[in-house]
Amino acid sequence: MEIIVCIKRVPETADADIVIDRTGRDIEKGGLVFDINEWDNYAVEEAILLKEKYGGSVTVISMGPEEVNETLRRALAMGADQAIRLTDPAFEGSDGYTIARVLSQAIKPLSYDLILTGVQTEDDGYGQVGPTLAEILGIRHAAVVNQIEGIESGRTRVHRELEGGLEEILDLELPAVLTIQTGINEPRYVSIMGIRKVAKKEIKVLGLRELAMKPEEAGEPGSLTVVEMVSFPPVGEGAQILEGTMDEISDKVVTILKEKGGVA
Amino acid sequence: MADILVLVEHRRGEIRDITFEMLMKGKTLSEKTGKPLTALLLGNDVGEMAEGLKDLANRVVLIEDPKLENFNSEIYQRVLGNVIEQEKPFLLFIGHTAFGMDLAPTLATQMKAPLATDCTDVMVDDDQIRAIRQTYGGKLNVEVRLKPAPCSMVTVRPASVSVEDYSLAGEITRVTSPLTEEIASKRFLEYVEAAAGEVDITQANILVSVGRGIKDPENIPMVQELAKSLGATLSCSRPVVDKKWLPKDRQVGTSGKTVKPTVYIAIGISGAFQHIAGMKGSGTIIAINRDPKAPIFNVAHYGIVGDLLKIVPALKGKISEAFA
Ligand SMILES: Cc1cc2nc3c(=O)[nH]c(=O)nc-3n(C[C@H](O)[C@H](O)[C@H](O)COP(=O)(O)OP(=O)(O)OC[C@H]3O[C@@H](n4cnc5c(N)ncnc54)[C@H](O)[C@@H]3O)c2cc1C
Repeated sequence: MEIIVCIKRVPETADADIVIDRTGRDIEKGGLVFDINEWDNYAVEEAILLKEKYGGSVTVISMGPEEVNETLRRALAMGADQAIRLTDPAFEGSDGYTIARVLSQAIKPLSYDLILTGVQTEDDGYGQVGPTLAEILGIRHAAVVNQIEGIESGRTRVHRELEGGLEEILDLELPAVLTIQTGINEPRYVSIMGIRKVAKKEIKVLGLRELAMKPEEAGEPGSLTVVEMVSFPPVGEGAQILEGTMDEISDKVVTILKEKGGVA
Repeated sequence: MADILVLVEHRRGEIRDITFEMLMKGKTLSEKTGKPLTALLLGNDVGEMAEGLKDLANRVVLIEDPKLENFNSEIYQRVLGNVIEQEKPFLLFIGHTAFGMDLAPTLATQMKAPLATDCTDVMVDDDQIRAIRQTYGGKLNVEVRLKPAPCSMVTVRPASVSVEDYSLAGEITRVTSPLTEEIASKRFLEYVEAAAGEVDITQANILVSVGRGIKDPENIPMVQELAKSLGATLSCSRPVVDKKWLPKDRQVGTSGKTVKPTVYIAIGISGAFQHIAGMKGSGTIIAINRDPKAPIFNVAHYGIVGDLLKIVPALKGKISEAFA
């Protein structure tokens, strides 16, 4: 079982105060804490579980600057065998299609049975890169996979999560790309000791030239969609914010519940 | 030709809401651009469904084939590739749903069509298509321009368009299925229903709902206490289930339950669209979050900005006194 996992290092923004940068097309990344994309963490774990069951090896690939090594090392500490980082100034501004294009150039020379990605990223949330990658490579795919039943005679049985708790079972020919949904497994804990152990492991770095791509095929020139500007979503009517001391706020909530809540 | 095309999403004999939302959006754009609106229906024995859609588009293109009985992205892609070559649509709408997420990216790549996913709005000016999509869990709006192409594609976020009544009195065009041989590389086997849980959160009058902001499973009993003091039922967002802190039957959202309680109290939930879609119909929504810009405050009626670990116990104290 040769498995490739595509992962991304993303800023954690759920809790952070985000600020639009000077270009007006992105946010300030400065003070933000970065970590592996939540969905990708489940994908790495799933790859390692499959390796433990069927043997073989796991290769993790990520696009981005040197700091991405940290995310790749985290995956190595979880049990991945090789890591590849794709980096080039020309990749800046790539849309979902072009990201898949760059990944495909790195993957083509490798041998693989399965490619796992997260369903989507926490930042851009395209939910597009995995299936696009499959189409470029000319292989099968399934999106939003929440269970891999098993692999047998060049095929795999997977569950795809639909709406409202419903699932469908598919039978797919390998090689295939599966986009992995959160909750599919319980990602293992990565200790500082574990990361130290892989600190010296080589991370292969590939740029535009090694990937046999032309500058006009990457970044904004190679993309089919272009970000024009970003803004904060309109708040609509918005919530009435309850203010005061903790006691006063609690009293207000009690009043609201008495009026609206049907609480006796 | 050069129509605005909407791919009808249906499952087990029912048209899904996203279809009507996309048709509504398509109709608005059709009026603005003068391009006809076409609903594209693929399925097996779905003639009646086509009749039902006639009023909502200028035309319903109907393709029936036993191989289209259940959704399968590869079979759909084969048929749609054909339709796009023939119809040469200007813009194709697909839902940003489990169905569309499996289909749209590969179809767009095959057709070399620019694709903007998970869009909350789509604009067309002089044939230039722009879309609004959200990033960073709904904290940022991004305006995206689709580069000019013979056909463009957009996937639409569920529940982002409000549907009104209209009538276009369209007609049905039957197109012969282009499928010949069996496609065996990707096979649909069966549906699996959600296991019945022990509580039915859809029946609750008050829901106290907890999200990832709770940080530690050890803090859940504190929220449970609050729920108890109100006679409320405990529910949650997806990460709480993913981490196995609460069972799946407590999950609110697109992949969980849709709830409409009299009161919904969201605690440490950011308000991703998949969550909001499952609870925005609640009577009164109270959100507790320490991030004043959390998207949950855009749908909540009342908000408390602060640390839930302090607010929840204080609230519980007052409520126990008031409703003792
Ligand atoms: C196909 C698909 C289906 C999905 N289905 C669902 C679904 O059905 N339901 C669902 O909920 N999600 C669903 N999701 C996931 C969704 O996209 C979000 O990831 C999820 O809703 C986030 O959950 P959360 O708000 O609890 O966590 P986060 O987004 O991490 O938010 C945590 C919040 O807690 C706040 N917080 C942190 N600490 C404190 C504190 N001490 N005091 C106060 N506030 C604090 C933070 O400011 C933040 O706003 C789905 C995703 C996909 C791709």
